[in-house]
Amino acid sequence: MDDTRTLRFFNRGPSPVVRLIFFCVLSLLLLFVDSRYRYLESSRKVLAVMIYPFQRLTALPGEAVGSVTVYFETQERLLTENEQLRQQHDTDAAQLSQLQAILAENAQLRVLMDLKERVDYPMQMAEIVYVERDIFKRKLFVNKGSQANVMPGQVVVDDFGVVGQVTRTYPWLSEVTLVTDKDHSVPIQNQRSGLRAVVFGSGDINEMALRYMPVSADIVEGDVLVTSGIDGTYPPNLPVAKVTRVERDPAYPFARITCEPLAGVDRHRALMIVSGLPQLPELPEVAVESTAEQERARKRFKRRKP
Amino acid sequence: MSNGFAKDQEFLLPASTGFIAFSLFIAVMLNWLPWNGWALALRPDFVALVLLYWCTHKPHRIGIGIAWLVGIFADVADASLFGQHALAYSVLAFGGIVLHRRVQMFDLRQQSFHVFPLLLLSYATYAAVHWQVRGFVAWEYFLGAGVSALLWTPMTLLLQALRRPRRDPNEL
Repeated sequence: MDDTRTLRFFNRGPSPVVRLIFFCVLSLLLLFVDSRYRYLESSRKVLAVMIYPFQRLTALPGEAVGSVTVYFETQERLLTENEQLRQQHDTDAAQLSQLQAILAENAQLRVLMDLKERVDYPMQMAEIVYVERDIFKRKLFVNKGSQANVMPGQVVVDDFGVVGQVTRTYPWLSEVTLVTDKDHSVPIQNQRSGLRAVVFGSGDINEMALRYMPVSADIVEGDVLVTSGIDGTYPPNLPVAKVTRVERDPAYPFARITCEPLAGVDRHRALMIVSGLPQLPELPEVAVESTAEQERARKRFKRRKP
Repeated sequence: MSNGFAKDQEFLLPASTGFIAFSLFIAVMLNWLPWNGWALALRPDFVALVLLYWCTHKPHRIGIGIAWLVGIFADVADASLFGQHALAYSVLAFGGIVLHRRVQMFDLRQQSFHVFPLLLLSYATYAAVHWQVRGFVAWEYFLGAGVSALLWTPMTLLLQALRRPRRDPNEL
């Protein structure tokens, strides 16, 4: 009757220790392969498709609560909101007419200056399906995937600025790494002074850091940082962050600059995925060699370190 | 408790394979609910709890292999590295199997004190992998282990109640 008592007399396969070692080694092997190489992406995709319906199921309660609250919103609130929106619309319309005049003028000037006309990037709307369930990471999932021609590397924006970048795609989902993710960096330009730099995520939801800027760098609080468009990954002139604090301590070679992302990284539900960036001309051979050289130098340096 | 299932017999309650699979499935679904902010930090790991429950109550049915498999699915759902959850759950299942006789001797409250270090070990495994690969650890993550340990008693009571055979209403 008691199955625990019969343990020693019957063969029940390898002992727990052997099993533990086997599965630990297997996990570590997978970890190593997954973090170093990209061999496992296809199997991950297959599994992701298998669990997709269940994931949708778990998102349902939240969606139901959302639709119920929308249903019970009072008429009064809707009226005031409508009023506000109408006012906003009037001011926007006035600004838009100005903008159109400026656009026309700009187009004419560009033609005159024989410059390439700036392309209007095709965008597609996507909705956030879930936010990351892992506290370590700043990621979210949106409801457009490789079926909608979303590709890794594409930039995700909202109406205020850059939200992040698509890092992995599944057939109906794609994973977006937010600009505030610890491992994420964006090449930017200071809108006021034109200074170029790279802004890094801090892992904190409303903080980013501008590292390796000399103490004398021309950056003040309130500066808006926009994408520079230099690497061809990000389209130029999208707002990224606003400088919130600058600490200049002459004891350190670099200034401590803290920024706050402009996009509502944790606020919105609808986002835009920018696709079809213009192809930049190939990087010339010499530059490639020099990066290879740098890589070798870096490795040498690494080896020399204890 | 007077109906013939004394404390030492709680562990002998029958458990069908379907029920084990169903409880694991529910736990996985609970983990996949869209948690956010502080709720995410405080979120108990339902999968770890249910795995630990079965590892201590039916160690010959649910073992390290199944824990590992569940972990792989958790890895895909959380977009973490392949093997990260799997490693943590394997360690947890091993702890549960090794300690299952010991845990059986105590009452529910004392069991929570045995479960807490096991959960902490599993959380630490996950965090250690993250620290090795990414280079930092979010300390509030460990709060989840404490919340999970607190949930051990209600969850055990619930599962035991579901496993207890229903009385035939026609019986005297």
